[in-house]
Amino acid sequence: MTKSKMTSRMRTRPGIAVFLLFGCCAFGFAQEQEKENQGSKETRVGDLTGHAASGKALYRRYCISCHGAHGDGAGESAPQLDPKPRDFTKATFKCRSTPSGTLPTDTDLYETISRGIFNSNMPPWRPLTREQRVDLIAFVKTFSSRFQEEKPGVPLSTPPEPATSAASVQRGAQLFQDMNCWSCHGKEGRGNGPSAVTLTDNKGNPIHPFDFTTGTRMKCGEGGPTIFRDLMTGLDGTPMPSFADALNTDQAWDLVHFIESLSAASNKGFFARLAAKNE
Amino acid sequence: MKRNSLPIISAAVLTIALSALVAVRPVRAGFPNSSPPSPASSGVVKGTVKVKGTVPKPTHIDMSQDPKCAQAHAGSGATEDIVADANGDLENVVVYISAGLPADAKFDVPAEPVVLEQKGCTYRPHVVALRANQELKVVNADSTTHNIHPSPNNNRELNQTQPPGVPFSMTFAREEISIPVKCNIHPWMRSYFAVFKHPFFAVSGKDGSFEIGNLPPGSYTLTAWHEKLGTSFQKITVGESETKTIEFTFKAEAGS
Repeated sequence: MTKSKMTSRMRTRPGIAVFLLFGCCAFGFAQEQEKENQGSKETRVGDLTGHAASGKALYRRYCISCHGAHGDGAGESAPQLDPKPRDFTKATFKCRSTPSGTLPTDTDLYETISRGIFNSNMPPWRPLTREQRVDLIAFVKTFSSRFQEEKPGVPLSTPPEPATSAASVQRGAQLFQDMNCWSCHGKEGRGNGPSAVTLTDNKGNPIHPFDFTTGTRMKCGEGGPTIFRDLMTGLDGTPMPSFADALNTDQAWDLVHFIESLSAASNKGFFARLAAKNE
Repeated sequence: MKRNSLPIISAAVLTIALSALVAVRPVRAGFPNSSPPSPASSGVVKGTVKVKGTVPKPTHIDMSQDPKCAQAHAGSGATEDIVADANGDLENVVVYISAGLPADAKFDVPAEPVVLEQKGCTYRPHVVALRANQELKVVNADSTTHNIHPSPNNNRELNQTQPPGVPFSMTFAREEISIPVKCNIHPWMRSYFAVFKHPFFAVSGKDGSFEIGNLPPGSYTLTAWHEKLGTSFQKITVGESETKTIEFTFKAEAGS
């Protein structure tokens, strides 16, 4: 509301009433707007709404031994685990559909709980009902105030995967070189690049780059679209960066195809062909 | 009844509204609510940061894993953990007002970005001080790909790949001193970001000198932070138009 509007309305007594009424409404509206801009306390996945209170009981039964009573990843079993359980107080999550540095969506967290994290001690929690999993997410989100202060990032879209081809794999191989993927993942994708031994997660624990020759079942899922998403979002809390500003869609798919070829062809002469080409 | 009570209610509500406005904006003499503070009466804190004791010599960095880095450096890359000259003048120390400013003082965020350059697979500058929500422009002047990976405690962690020539910017919403920054691709690359909610900070230069201007008269705590040598602070009082000279001395101990 501008100053001039205020002054004109304040000239008369009914004007004051109108101003107060309107002003209060505007204030209420502004508050609503602010709520819009902040994170929502409600957790929704599809048609389900999560309840933190119900989630708390489930958390204390199923999650507390690894993730700890305070959600900081320092549960009783944590010292024995590698990789370490997630620290929910930082609100930093590897598997997201949202840009690097932003909060995951409720659906992202739901998918992680349902799928588990491959190559870790986090199992899929499919034995729990869908409602229970959504309740758990509502509770996990209470460990960080970021979920009240911020909205999740805008999910990045994953366009349909084009068919792979020798040419696409070859372009991907060049990108693997140019983007310095090899520094960590190794020239042959075995997770043994020159920087691999120096890597730590955001808690300072050693972390190992993925060995692509072992398959395409990765932390956040399996298959081309998952690798595409991992490339675009990065795995927050780990040294794996986002390539959202570095690769266009076609390039990202080429890189995905090359990465897939590393496991499909690991023992079938692919590297022999690649080496022959490079020499 | 209705006619009589309306002015009273209106007046009461207006009074409450006005007093609320006043309550949230207490005015302290010489302390405007936005920057730059009035220069007429403001003071300056300047001085030098020194290091005493045996300063470990910088060690050579082997960049041979990425030939593009090694070539750019012509073999001269060295660690920057402690950078001091022969007189013990200590570079890369963040000096800042850590207490004494009114809690609600607000300062405009500069529109000009702060620039961090990756050159020769080294960060320039090694320590970056900036304001919360100020744009930090990251430039890749190398012919190789970097990733820029700050690990904050109180801000969003983000991790972005940056091929040569691709522009990238970031901001940090909250004050944090300091955020370690890495390039995971080139593990020797290390920088620190010091993020402030106010404009009263400086980073010591090659001669160890720093200067913080436009400081409204008052009593403050002045803190100096170094990535390896830790934190040191002094209580200071700055009078009207006064220039205060302060010296910080860090002690380098064996193994630091």
